[in-house]
Amino acid sequence: MQVLKKIGKSAKEWCWLMPSLIGVLIFFLVPFGVVVYYSVLDNPIFSNFVGLENFQKLFENSAFQQAAKNTGIFSAIAVPLSVVLSLAMAFGLNSRIPGKSWIRSCFLCPLMVPIASVVLVWQVIFHYHGTLNQITALFGAEPVDWLKTNWSYMVLTVMFLWKTLGYNMILFMSAIAGIPTDILEVAELEGAGEWYQFIHIKLRYLSPTILFVTILSIISSFKMFREVYLLTGDYPFESMYLLQHFMNNTFKSLDYQKLSSAAVVLAIVMVIIIGTLYLIERKYGEDVEE
Amino acid sequence: MNRKLKQHFVTGLLFIIAAVSAILFILPTVLTITNSFMTEKEINTNYGAMIDTASADKKNYISEELNLKFIPDKVSIQQYASVLFKSPDYLYKFWNSVILVVPITIFQILLAAVTAYGFSRYRGKLREIIFFVYIILMLMPYQVTLVPNYLVSEYLGILNTRWAIVLPGIFSPFSVYLLTKVMRRIPKAYFEAARLDGAGEFQIFWHICLPLCRSAMLSVGLLVFIDYWNMVEQPLILLDNQEQYPLSVFLSQINKGDVGLAFAVAVVYMIPALLLFLYGEEYLVEGITYSGGVKG
Repeated sequence: MQVLKKIGKSAKEWCWLMPSLIGVLIFFLVPFGVVVYYSVLDNPIFSNFVGLENFQKLFENSAFQQAAKNTGIFSAIAVPLSVVLSLAMAFGLNSRIPGKSWIRSCFLCPLMVPIASVVLVWQVIFHYHGTLNQITALFGAEPVDWLKTNWSYMVLTVMFLWKTLGYNMILFMSAIAGIPTDILEVAELEGAGEWYQFIHIKLRYLSPTILFVTILSIISSFKMFREVYLLTGDYPFESMYLLQHFMNNTFKSLDYQKLSSAAVVLAIVMVIIIGTLYLIERKYGEDVEE
Repeated sequence: MNRKLKQHFVTGLLFIIAAVSAILFILPTVLTITNSFMTEKEINTNYGAMIDTASADKKNYISEELNLKFIPDKVSIQQYASVLFKSPDYLYKFWNSVILVVPITIFQILLAAVTAYGFSRYRGKLREIIFFVYIILMLMPYQVTLVPNYLVSEYLGILNTRWAIVLPGIFSPFSVYLLTKVMRRIPKAYFEAARLDGAGEFQIFWHICLPLCRSAMLSVGLLVFIDYWNMVEQPLILLDNQEQYPLSVFLSQINKGDVGLAFAVAVVYMIPALLLFLYGEEYLVEGITYSGGVKG
């Protein structure tokens, strides 16, 4: 009787989770299991186990190499920039300047504006005969084809920062507001300089947020496909060929093996990145844990 | 005295930097809006060179240069009139966006509220593990999640229908994570008191938990809405028929053809998002703040 009651209680508790859990299982987890399964087969019909052969093929695929390289380079440039700049903006807006709420609204605005809506303006700016070249020409610079040379990394970075800085800034602002003021006051009394306070107190307290913003920025940097697709269509210049382009084209040819192994590789890479950042944060911020 | 002067100087400099960057941030949006009030002819004169020269007739534009203009020579609503009366296609695509995004947003939030209640009210090892799986899933990029989504849609026979986008959208773990964090902050005493008064679990959820989370749900809903209003990846992969594409994808195709109309369509598309921003900026900020910090 006692046992039955206990089971009944626990069943009631699980009721709340069931609808979502079933959906997540159906749409994400179970099919992801299938993806992993596909990634070690030669094809879905004969289903011979081939071990890591698909992965080997994927890594040898030149389109994948190109896409992974571009996405990697872009993220390596854009993510640290986004973290540093948004942190600076958050500190800037925390200081005593007038018109703070207006400035904050301006920084947040790009977050709400659909990319598709402003892509026209980006096109006009970065076109070979466009605004940016006209401005640089005033200083005597040669025109640059921003979208079709290696400068495209810069174009991507500008669009990325425009879109993501506001969000990150808000995260940092709320984290800065959470730094205990008494510690800063004590530091002030003990004669700690601004710089010392920044490095040894503020950054430590902000480290969980820095971690989180970094992860978020990495994820958003994987979403840059949107901008590139809207700006240049299916076949961009090769330095703008990103992982999502590779996935899209593979979807078109319905190569399940390639798709599955790419998805598995990316999932592993993401877990490694997130895990590493988490460990770094644990080590660096451990003495401020509550 | 000297120190005070320095302080003023620093503040002034900061203000100038902040103000200039703030203007740069809204500039693309403002330019899109002002350009939408140009006549189609003026658009073609200024930006005609942007149209793919191979396909468009070259007579339309005068110079090779693109002249980004701030203020139209002649303010006109010609573009809007064309969008509304001559090209119903765009309005149709706008509707496509609405019927994809609105159900996703509403049902994702409702489902997430129920689920978050389950995660925050009861603890247990297994539940913690599941919650952790949700977090990992939330952090996975589309390149990873779209492949399983595609496989399951194909299996269920909903590929190339709107369900292929709506259903995974509803079950997306993003808002579950945020709402769980919010609900875990509600003091236990609230629930205990209701319990003592004889309220059932569902009543506690409905009459106590939900009202307390109202603003959090609005905030999270806002974030979900913008994310899906902006979607590009999912329709490209999960929908076959371009008729069903939302305007977020279709806009890029107009851009190549009718530059004359494109600015007005772009503005129409950003209106819902901008209105939400104007009325809900505080909710947006609140929502972003909830998302901060990985540890719940």
